[in-house]
Amino acid sequence: MMNCKNAALFAIPLLVLLSPAIAKAQTDEDAITMAKKNLCIGATYMNSSWDHYWEGTFKRNNQNLGTVSTQQVMLMGTYGITKKLNIVVGAPYIWTHSTAGTLHGQHGIQDLSAWVKWEALQQKVGKGVVKVFLLGGGSIPLTNYIADYLPLSIGLQSKTASGRLLIDYQLGNFFATASGTYTGRSDITIDRNSYYTASLHLTNKVFMPDMASWNVRTGYRSKYLIVEGVFSDMITLGGFDIRKNDMPFPSNKMNSTMAGADFKYELKKPKGLSIVGGAMYTLSGRNIGQSTSWDLGVFYIIDFAHKNSQAKSK
Amino acid sequence: MQLFITDIKRTITLIAPLAALLGLSACNKSVSDRTADLPPLAPASEDLNAGSWKPILMPRPDTFAVTAPVATSNTLYIADLNEIKGYQAHLTSDQQGQIAYWSAGGVLRWNEIMLGLMAKYNLPPYQNADGSYPIPSSTNPFAYPYFPFANPPYAARALAYVSAAQYDALVACWHYKTLYNRPAPYLVDSTIKALAGKNNLPSYPSEGAVLAGVSAEMMKLLFPDELANIQQKLQEQETALIASGAAARSDVTAGEALGRQIAGLFIARGRADNAGKAVGTPAGWASLVTTAQSKNQVPWLSLETPARPPMLPLFGKVKGFLCDSATIVALRPGPPPSTGSDSMKAQTQAAYSMIKNATRDQMRIVQFWADGVGTYTPPGHWNAIADGDFVNQNYSEVRWARNLALLNMAEMDAAISCWDIKYYYFNPRPTQMDPTIKTLTGIPNFPSYVSGHSMFSAAAATILGHILPSRATAYMAMAQEAANSRIYAGIHYSIDCTAGFSVGQNIGGYAIKRAQSDGAE
Repeated sequence: MMNCKNAALFAIPLLVLLSPAIAKAQTDEDAITMAKKNLCIGATYMNSSWDHYWEGTFKRNNQNLGTVSTQQVMLMGTYGITKKLNIVVGAPYIWTHSTAGTLHGQHGIQDLSAWVKWEALQQKVGKGVVKVFLLGGGSIPLTNYIADYLPLSIGLQSKTASGRLLIDYQLGNFFATASGTYTGRSDITIDRNSYYTASLHLTNKVFMPDMASWNVRTGYRSKYLIVEGVFSDMITLGGFDIRKNDMPFPSNKMNSTMAGADFKYELKKPKGLSIVGGAMYTLSGRNIGQSTSWDLGVFYIIDFAHKNSQAKSK
Repeated sequence: MQLFITDIKRTITLIAPLAALLGLSACNKSVSDRTADLPPLAPASEDLNAGSWKPILMPRPDTFAVTAPVATSNTLYIADLNEIKGYQAHLTSDQQGQIAYWSAGGVLRWNEIMLGLMAKYNLPPYQNADGSYPIPSSTNPFAYPYFPFANPPYAARALAYVSAAQYDALVACWHYKTLYNRPAPYLVDSTIKALAGKNNLPSYPSEGAVLAGVSAEMMKLLFPDELANIQQKLQEQETALIASGAAARSDVTAGEALGRQIAGLFIARGRADNAGKAVGTPAGWASLVTTAQSKNQVPWLSLETPARPPMLPLFGKVKGFLCDSATIVALRPGPPPSTGSDSMKAQTQAAYSMIKNATRDQMRIVQFWADGVGTYTPPGHWNAIADGDFVNQNYSEVRWARNLALLNMAEMDAAISCWDIKYYYFNPRPTQMDPTIKTLTGIPNFPSYVSGHSMFSAAAATILGHILPSRATAYMAMAQEAANSRIYAGIHYSIDCTAGFSVGQNIGGYAIKRAQSDGAE
């Protein structure tokens, strides 16, 4: 099992800011694992933009922002400790920009995220196969970027820790995957020492409510090609609404419902190389931008087990 | 299939502790305000002579009569004591929390309530469908746009009125306290506990209730949509005063009534201080443009889309507490460099270089002092700074009020003078002169020269440095950083900040002059 199927792209809805980053990572929302001592590395480019957003439930545009766009280059790697236990690590560089108004865009390295993925169960059910995965993940900011500068900040500065249950069913080339995630978020420290949510806070610490999300993907999956439809829903378990004509804030109640499609194609030559891509659209939301995003990436598998055996045989 | 479901169940029981471990171990979840857990106010001096301090508007400390209280042996007072005992026998945790909250000081807590209202109401109205903007009106409460739009000049004036009224009300309160000399309930009856601390201040009329009455009454002028919430705060404070054993019901009733009467003086002044006309008229806005053009200057333009009318162009005509209108005119600095001059080009170029090369620490400074939309504004920020230092000074309530009144009268007059200068010169922002200057915070919707942050901060640092000389150097450094923050952000020329800083110091000097002659030093 040499291929890098797990390079199929997955939207993590964890960091859908009012602006920018639908941080995307590999393989933490799919049902595919790397073989033992296989390393899959790659890079994706993502572009996301919106010109309408929700202030609470009020949908509007803003001629002092125009279109807000986020570009992201994410480097990531997946390593098979065993066939059933993988680790996934990634970090993005992000640029934000608005086409109107006077606010200065931001750019920089955002957060390091890592997942441990364990295939806990595999079971034949009728003619198909059900797999159950348990995932634990976390993220930490890699730089001291400004969080309190929405919608143009590149991230929220919160450390996160997530637990996910993922169930996959495959029948021939048809598959369906569903997952549910709970994400705990740490308080953040901002540059000012007071702020207003639904009341005044005289502190530079901000309580960040936890988040929950679920994700469904289904489609065609074979050795060389994956094509899938994706539906995801994210809610913030607390937080507050942006008031009319106010600025957004990191602890806003950011919710979203998104739909899209992804593909992954593995080339037969050169062996181990695959191309991934996809697009997502925000159907509805609260305190976030109605983003449309697309992405494209390249991945390559290095098989250390095979290399080692080759070296020994020489 | 049955086997499969059993395995799923087993898997779910596995994931629960995993999620708990991962989800919560890394997350620190405790955020509380700096002033959440203060000890009860314990004044170093009761300032028993404060009844003779110079009031601001009130002609005399006994302008408003307070009838003599009944003797502490009177059955009416015994009934007051029984009410306290009733509360103390069954204190709920909520009541204990209220006692702890209010015992830190009424002036502090009402100041924090004001800061909260300022942040709540500091939102520019959303545009109409035709691209015009609605103007908040006090005669149309509870309808969007909410009244007021608590922008910096409005906020500075609101703070000054509340603080000045609180000060006058406490001067009168202290006058009657020493006149009638009624002891606190816990001194009259030893079975009554002093849950908010003990002091030697006579309790009639209650200073806490005076503050509640005067502050609540001022809201009729300043935050009319908030009257119901404010009335609830008043009741919470008065109940806390009584339940803590600090004041009898009759102390509270007399205090609230006195506070409300004195607020009436300030409300009458506020209705006639020209603030109601500060929005101006479309004809007036247009004449600002033609006046600048007649002087061969590029006139200021709103950088918002749709273009928003200039913020309070006639605020410079508001009647100040420290400076009269002739002084406001005399305080105007000379003009900024002509908009067509090489000097202005150089200043614009400097603004561009600044935003292109901003460091993370400069961005921190920009954000720390930005105090823009949805915040308590720069005058509010300086109140929070003052509060943070005053809580360590063991002031009496009347000295607290006096010091905040000095600060906030300086801030209001700084707003008047600053807005006078801004609309006298009507000078464009750097981004108007060079649209490639992208700023690190929102560009305020009023002219550039001189910087409001520099004026507010210099005025505040000057009077606060007089009040707390050991902090004077630190305050001036903070004010300088606040002024610099506007240059780092790309929203001001450096000349805006140096000129504004100097005028702000002058206005702080007027506050010092008053401080030296009010009898409190």
